Amino acid sequence: MQRGRTILSKEHFQLTIERLCHQLIEQYDDFSNTCLVGIQPRGVFFSDRLKERLTDILGSSNFDYGKLDITFYRDDFRHREKPLKAYSNQMEFLVENKKVLLVDDVLYTGRTIQAALAGLQDYGRPESVELVALVDRRFNRHLPIHADYVGITIDALDEAYVKVEWKETDTSDRILLYPHKV
Amino acid sequence: MAEQLSTNHLLGIKDLTPQDIQLIFETADTFKEVINRPIKKVPSLRDITIANIFFENSTRTRISFELAEKRLSADVLNFSASSSSVNKGETLLDTVNNILAMKVDMVVMRHPAPGAPHYLSKRIKANVVNAGDGTHEHPTQALLDAFSMREQLGDLGGKKIAIFGDILHSRVALSNIFCLQKLGAEVTVCGPPTLIPKFIHKLGVKVSHNVRETLQWCDVANILRIQLERQDIKFFPSLREYSQHFGINKGLLDSLKKEIVIMHPGPINRGVEITSDVADSDHSIILQQVENGVAVRMAVLFLLAAKRG
Repeated sequence: MQRGRTILSKEHFQLTIERLCHQLIEQYDDFSNTCLVGIQPRGVFFSDRLKERLTDILGSSNFDYGKLDITFYRDDFRHREKPLKAYSNQMEFLVENKKVLLVDDVLYTGRTIQAALAGLQDYGRPESVELVALVDRRFNRHLPIHADYVGITIDALDEAYVKVEWKETDTSDRILLYPHKV
Repeated sequence: MAEQLSTNHLLGIKDLTPQDIQLIFETADTFKEVINRPIKKVPSLRDITIANIFFENSTRTRISFELAEKRLSADVLNFSASSSSVNKGETLLDTVNNILAMKVDMVVMRHPAPGAPHYLSKRIKANVVNAGDGTHEHPTQALLDAFSMREQLGDLGGKKIAIFGDILHSRVALSNIFCLQKLGAEVTVCGPPTLIPKFIHKLGVKVSHNVRETLQWCDVANILRIQLERQDIKFFPSLREYSQHFGINKGLLDSLKKEIVIMHPGPINRGVEITSDVADSDHSIILQQVENGVAVRMAVLFLLAAKRG
């Protein structure tokens, strides 16, 4: 069992989420006509946290919040070693003419985001879409996609593996870097 | 939970594992959400071509498969035997190979001969989905029936399911028995002795000829049609007599004073195996079955496509 190196500890994790929330408020003010969309499965942990914290800071949550499953929009579902499993999709609103904040934990090749953008189209034509990523692996992109709000930027080799742990499912909030995929 | 199906074809429920069935159900749950969206279509199978080959009449199953394929963005080819070279003496394998030569990836087939899809699956590269083979199996119908029961009752382990009617000629009955048993349910078949296969108890099902007692026992009544087109001799004196003894009507249901789910795979012969007031009652989930059919077939096609790699 290889050991991962902690690249973001529990304390910094909390600060990073706090900082991202304030960055978003700077741009989106009171979040009117805005929606937050977490990408299933692991982006949702992050978007849940953002939603909770934003609601605290703003004192209300007058933005729509959805969870988007992108399994059926992937272009690589038949080319992967392990088959993909679909998760529940909870989008109770249309994104027509709204400002969308797409949320995922790790931005890596960009294929997930491409699929999410395709999936989002089924809910209307948004005014704009911006991407919030907790981790940006900036040298591993396969597509011209970038994040607008980034928690931490990591320069890692293709074979490396970044794992975001959440206190809800793992031991605590932290980000680990492994030399190889676990 | 299993992550992929253990098989490359869906020939019958008999070949599936309980994990396969659970995987299909969980995938169908997500597709049911998809088909209730404003835009009911996802691009998953956009590079797949599917041929629907029907050597026997079908409305519901063919439309349901076609919709499922279109909702997954597959290219669809429809072929029915009545308007084809089958009438000119072409063999099944030749017919299918000619279609496959045009680069078709999956075949959904209904055929009057039991085992026809099994024969085909051993000889062609495409994935084969059995949409009914004679009196043998109709796996997607059994899956959508069990999926609909699961929606009503939750986990089917230990639940009591009764299948009424023409068990002898019914591929739906056989697939249902396999499917429900794999999910841990208890199954009873009920009908006139002439329409119940002699050795069916060897499958581990109970046999009854008393409709009232069986209805009293079961949580779900799945009522099958009398398949007159498959009956070359008389199995009962008259339809009127059949409906008197084995038909299910409102008075009978009300006298039981219990919660019961009524199902029917269609087409319904109103007034024969089931009266209109039962078919249209609150107990009946017949139209939910049809809706679930599309979601379950999407799940099957999606999971088989995922195996193509």
